[in-house]
Amino acid sequence: MMTEVVPPGLVLIVGALLLPLVKGGLRTALVLVLPLITLALVWQIPLGSQLSLPFLDYSLEPVNATSVGRLFATIFAIMAFAGGLYALKTATLAELVAAFAYAGSAIGVTFAGDLITLFIFWEMMALGSTLVLWANGPQNPKAYQASIRYVLVHLLGGVILMTGIVAYVVETGSTAFTTMTADSVATWLILAGFLINAGAPPLSAWIADAYPEASPSGMVFLSAFTTKTAVFALLVGFPGTEILIYIGLYMVFYGIIYALLENDMRRILAYSIVNQVGFMVTAIGIGTELALNGAAAHAFAHIIYKALLLMSAGSVLLMTGKRKCTDLGGLFQTMPATAINGIIGALAISSFPFTSGFVTKSLETSAAAYQGLTLVWFLLLAASAGVFLHAGIKFPWFVFFQRDSGLRPPDPAPTMRWAMWLFSFLCLAIGLYPQALYSILPYPVDYQPYTWEHLVTQFQLLLFAGFAFFALLPLMKRTLTLSLDVDWFYRRLMVLVVGKSAAVIARGDGAVRAAASRGVTRVLAYISRHHGPDGMLARTWPTGSVVTWVVVLLAVYLVFSLY
Amino acid sequence: MSDEQQKHWVYRKKNLPILWGIQVALLVLVLVPEFFMHHHPHFEDQGIGVDASWGFFAWYGFATCAAMVVGAKLLGLFLKRKDTYYDD
Repeated sequence: MMTEVVPPGLVLIVGALLLPLVKGGLRTALVLVLPLITLALVWQIPLGSQLSLPFLDYSLEPVNATSVGRLFATIFAIMAFAGGLYALKTATLAELVAAFAYAGSAIGVTFAGDLITLFIFWEMMALGSTLVLWANGPQNPKAYQASIRYVLVHLLGGVILMTGIVAYVVETGSTAFTTMTADSVATWLILAGFLINAGAPPLSAWIADAYPEASPSGMVFLSAFTTKTAVFALLVGFPGTEILIYIGLYMVFYGIIYALLENDMRRILAYSIVNQVGFMVTAIGIGTELALNGAAAHAFAHIIYKALLLMSAGSVLLMTGKRKCTDLGGLFQTMPATAINGIIGALAISSFPFTSGFVTKSLETSAAAYQGLTLVWFLLLAASAGVFLHAGIKFPWFVFFQRDSGLRPPDPAPTMRWAMWLFSFLCLAIGLYPQALYSILPYPVDYQPYTWEHLVTQFQLLLFAGFAFFALLPLMKRTLTLSLDVDWFYRRLMVLVVGKSAAVIARGDGAVRAAASRGVTRVLAYISRHHGPDGMLARTWPTGSVVTWVVVLLAVYLVFSLY
Repeated sequence: MSDEQQKHWVYRKKNLPILWGIQVALLVLVLVPEFFMHHHPHFEDQGIGVDASWGFFAWYGFATCAAMVVGAKLLGLFLKRKDTYYDD
C-alpha cells in the first residue's frame, strides 16, 4: 500500500536543527511540542503503510509501519519529551540539538523497511550520541576522551554492520529489513553489528565507560536509544537465534557483578543497562511470541524506569557535584522528591509488584518456563533477585540513606522534578494497568501477571534478596576503585604496545637511517676522490701527456686502417 | 547525647534494632502464605519440583544473592584498580 506519509523521525531531526534559530519561550515550546507531534505522527500512520523512494538501483523504505516498530517509536517519542523537559533548565543548546537528532534517528530505525535506511539512521544515532557527550566537554574534561573511545566502538560496529549488509544484498538481492537466519557470513556480520550496539560481550565496556561522562540530562538521553534500538533490530532481524540466549545470560550477570563492584552511582546504573538488555536479548533468543512480547514490553518499561533512575542520579550529581557512593549518603533528608522518584524507579527495575517491571519482565521468565528451558529459568530467577541487589537497593541505599554525609542539597528545579514525577507515574500506571501496554505489543497477549502465586513468590524472592544485601553489607563496603574490563585492552595494552613498538621502531628506523647515511657518505667520498677538485678525472692534464695520448690513438687508427 | 538527638531518627543508634526488627517482620510476613499455598512446579515433566517446595523463592533469592556478592568480591580481587587508574 502506498500512502503519502512523513517519516516521524524526521520531525525530531529537522526540529533539532531549528532549535538554534529560536530563543527563549519559543525554544522551550519547540522542545516540548516536537516529541508530541512525533508521537501523534507515529500513531497516525496506519500499520502496513509504506513509503518507497528510488535510490540508485534500490528503493528506500523510510516508512514501514509495523506494530513492533510503532511500540519502540512510541516510547522513544515519550522519552524525548520527558528528557527534553528534564533537560530544559540545565542542558546546553548543543546537547539539546544532538539529543533530539539522536532520538529522531532512533525513531527512523524503528520505521526502516530496508537495510540501507536502517544503516543511515543507525550511523546518525552514533553521531548524535557522540555529540551529546561532546556537549559536556566544557563541564567534564573526561567527556571528550570518553566520546572518542565511544565513537570508535560504534564506528567499528558500523563498519561490521555495513559489510554484513553489502554481503547480504549481494547474496540475496534484497535490501528488505526482515527476519534473517544467522547462517552466512553476511547475516553473522549483521548480527554482530546489532549486538555491539546492544552492549553485548566482548565490547560491553563502552556503556559504563562513556555514558556516565555525559551531563545529568545527557546520560538520561543516552540510556534510552542506542541499546534499545539494537534490541528492536535483534527482535525484528534475529528472533529465536539460540546463541542470543547465552549472550543475554552473560550480559545479565556481567551487569550485576560489575555494578556490585562499582562506586560511581551513574556507572552502577550504566552496568545495570547491560544487565537489563541481557534479559531482552535472552528473550529474543527464546523467540516465542510470549518471549518477544516480553522483550518488547520490557524494553518499553525499562526505558522509563532507567531514565527515571538516571534523572534521580543526575539531580544528585547536579545539586552536589558528587557522583561517588563514598561521598554520598543521607540525601533523602533534603531531596525528598529526588529520593522518592529514585526509589520508585528502583522498585520498578526490580520488578516489584504493582510496578512496570513486574508486569513486563515476568513475560520473559514465563516464556523460558513454557519452553522447558530449566537452566535459563533458574538463572533468570537468580538474576531477577540480583537486579534488586545491584540496582534496586544499592543505588537508593548508598545515595539517599547509608550514613549521613552531611550534604544538605535541595531538590532540583521544578521542570526536572516534573519529568521525574511523570515517569514515576508511568512506572506505576503500567504496573497497575498493564492491559494498555499489552494491547500494543507485537503479538496478542494471553498472560495474567497478577496471580496470588506470582505476587507471593516475587515478594519472597525480592525481600530475601534485600535481606542478603543488608546481612552482607560489610562485604559491600564501597572503595575508591574501578573494575578492569575488556576496555583495558584498548585503553592500556594497546597504548603500551604502541608506545613500546614506537620505541622499537624508532630505534630500528634510526639504525637504518644511520647505515643509509654512512653509505651515501661513502659513495660521495668515492665520487669526490675521482671527480672532486683533486680527483684524478678532474685534474688539469699537462699538454704533453694529452699529445702523447692523441699520438697513441692515431697510431691505433693507423694500425686498424692497414687491415 | 545531643549529637545523637540532632541526627535524623533513622541514623540514631538506638533505633537500629527497630529497623532490623521491621525487616525481619517483613521476611516472616511474606513466608506466612507458604503454610496455605500450593505452588505449581514449572518443570514437572522434567521431574524437577524444587521450585514448588516450601519457601523455595525465599532461600533461592537469599542464596543466589549471597553467592553473587561473594563472587563479585572474589572477582574484585583481580579486577579492582584505583579509580585514577586510567587518568594519566
